[in-house]
Amino acid sequence: MLQIDCPWCGMREEMEFSYGGQAHVAYPKDPHAVSDEDWAQYLFMRDNPKGLFLERWVHSQGCRRWFNVERHTVTHEITAVYKPGEPPPAAKP
Amino acid sequence: MTASTDRVSPLENWTARFAAASATPVQFSIREVAFATHINLRVDAAAFGAKVRAVLGCDLPVVANTWTTGGECSAIWLGPDEWLVVAPDGRNESFCADLRTALSGVHHAVTDLSANRTMLEIAGSDARVALAKGCPLDLHGSAFKPPQSAQSLLAKSQVLLQCVDANPVIRVFVRNSFAAYVAEWLLDAAAELAASRNLDTPRIANRLA
Ligand SMILES: [Zn+2]
Repeated sequence: MLQIDCPWCGMREEMEFSYGGQAHVAYPKDPHAVSDEDWAQYLFMRDNPKGLFLERWVHSQGCRRWFNVERHTVTHEITAVYKPGEPPPAAKP
Repeated sequence: MTASTDRVSPLENWTARFAAASATPVQFSIREVAFATHINLRVDAAAFGAKVRAVLGCDLPVVANTWTTGGECSAIWLGPDEWLVVAPDGRNESFCADLRTALSGVHHAVTDLSANRTMLEIAGSDARVALAKGCPLDLHGSAFKPPQSAQSLLAKSQVLLQCVDANPVIRVFVRNSFAAYVAEWLLDAAAELAASRNLDTPRIANRLA
C-alpha cells in the first residue's frame, strides 16, 4: 500500500487514488496532421523504465483532482508530487 | 420548494434501529439528517467569494478539507475550486437561483445535489473508533476536529465526513443508494464495540478487585 501526498489533501492511502499512466504525454497539436504510425505511437506507446517514472494519479475518492507523481518503479518510493502545469522535478532549475 | 408530505428519505425505516443503537448516547448515537439542501458550487473563490457570501451569508473555506458556517449555510471544501453548500430543507431552488444571478457572467457551476446524498450524524465516544474500523483517515481527536472535513472511503463507500463537534459529532454524507449499506455497516461496528465493552467490564472489574 502506497501513501500518496495529494497536493491538496496531504498524505492519504493508495486506495483513495486511481492511476493515470505516464505523465507529460502531449496531445498532438493537430491530430489530423499526424500519420497513423505517429497516432498509434501517441495512443498506445509508453515508457516503461526501471527507475524513476513521472506518472499521473487522481485522488478519485477524495478531492477528485489530477496531479503528477515521481515514483521509482522498483522501490515504489515517491520522490516528488506536483500539480498539473508545474514542471517535473528534474526540469526545475 | 415546499416540503411535500409523501417524501421518503433513504433511511426512513431505520428510525427504530437507530434509536436502539443510540440507547447509550455517551458511547454512541446515530440518526439520519434527511432532506437538507445540498448545492455543489464551482467558482474562483479568491475572485468571486464576496458575491457568494452576499447570497449565502457564508465564506467559502480556502483551506483544503475544512468547512465554514454562516447565515443558514455551511460550506464544505471539496476541491480547490469546488464546495458543497449545505442549507436547511427547501432552500435549494432559491439559493441556486440567487447564486446563478449573483455569478452571471462569471465562470462557475451551480448544481442542486439535494437528492444525491443523505447525512448520518454519529456521536459519542465510540463514534471515532466505529468509523476508523472502515476508513483509512486518521480520525483521532487530535487529527480530526472542527473545522475539518474529508472525503474518503468508509467500508468501500465514498463518503464526505464533517467533524461538527470535537466531542465528537461527525456527519457522514453518503449517496442515497449506499445509505442503507453504510448504516448497516455502522450499526454493526457500533454493536461490536458495545459488546466488547460489556465483555470487558466484568473482567476489568475483577482485575481491579
Ligand atoms: Zn486530494
